[in-house]
Amino acid sequence: MFQIDLSGKNALVYGVANHRSIAWSIAKILSDAGARIGLVYQNDRLREPVEQLSSELNDALLFECDVTDDDQLVALHKDISSQMGSLSIVVHSIAFADRNDLGGDFSNTGRDGFRMALEVSAFSLLPVTKYASELMTDGGSIIAMTFLASERVFPGYNVMGTAKAALENSVRQLSAEYGPRNIRINAISAGPVDTLSSRVISGYRDMKKFHEERSPLGRSITLEDVAGTALYLATDLSSGVTGAVLPVDAGYSIMGI
Amino acid sequence: MSSIVERVTDIVVDKLGVEEDQVTLEASFTEHLNADSLDLVELIMAFEEEFSDTDVQVEITDEDAEKILTVGDAVEFLKNAGVKE
Repeated sequence: MFQIDLSGKNALVYGVANHRSIAWSIAKILSDAGARIGLVYQNDRLREPVEQLSSELNDALLFECDVTDDDQLVALHKDISSQMGSLSIVVHSIAFADRNDLGGDFSNTGRDGFRMALEVSAFSLLPVTKYASELMTDGGSIIAMTFLASERVFPGYNVMGTAKAALENSVRQLSAEYGPRNIRINAISAGPVDTLSSRVISGYRDMKKFHEERSPLGRSITLEDVAGTALYLATDLSSGVTGAVLPVDAGYSIMGI
Repeated sequence: MSSIVERVTDIVVDKLGVEEDQVTLEASFTEHLNADSLDLVELIMAFEEEFSDTDVQVEITDEDAEKILTVGDAVEFLKNAGVKE
């Protein structure tokens, strides 16, 4: 019988905010598969909820790190090195845009808003990959979260679509760079899931409704859908897959009408 | 089964970390209970989760959410949405 076993492997998961977070669903499934989890939360505001959640995992570690701060990233990886040793899996489930930029006309996106969205949601994958790779002594898998708005227009998603396009391109370039060290980097392009972040997007309900009406599977996406694909990408089941953007969208993206 | 008011109060206390006696029907989430914009989204999602069951599917749109300013507004919305005491 085939068995998925991540025991002895360490996974770092960025982007848990609450029990509806995609990052949390992935942390749970990786933990269930035997991996030891390090949860990275952004700031003090998220400490308590993430701490509470972490008690549901087996022997999880907590780290605070704001990925826009290089010093914090360096300190984080020092801590991981001393507390966990090596890393095999990294989940990058981080995105940010000013709420005012997630609705209305795209052309009204401000210079700072544009820069911030791209920095947090796309650029951050570069240092996250670079520092993690130093701890990936025996290859590894890095998973980022994206959305179809990287190549199609979803009114309201606005600058976050631009950021996802940059993120997907970065996934490909990083894959080429780190392939020789057997570090695989892929993105999951998930359809609409009810999370704290998605609900902030104006037009989210329409996205969800369209997926339910138009996708081949006739539904929107669950946390479990995304977690299952993440588990596949985290294990050797996907050993030949890198630089890919995998749709987990109930088939929505194949439809012409 | 607790009343709608009691269930709303429990959620507000849990999500906003306030004392139960602060959660009056007149209390404004942002003005009196220190909720920021993300807290408001969390509350809305928590209400949907708590009050949806096989009979009633509670959906709070962005337009609805904008009108829910106080604890009393939330209770009233849920009653109108078909939630039974």
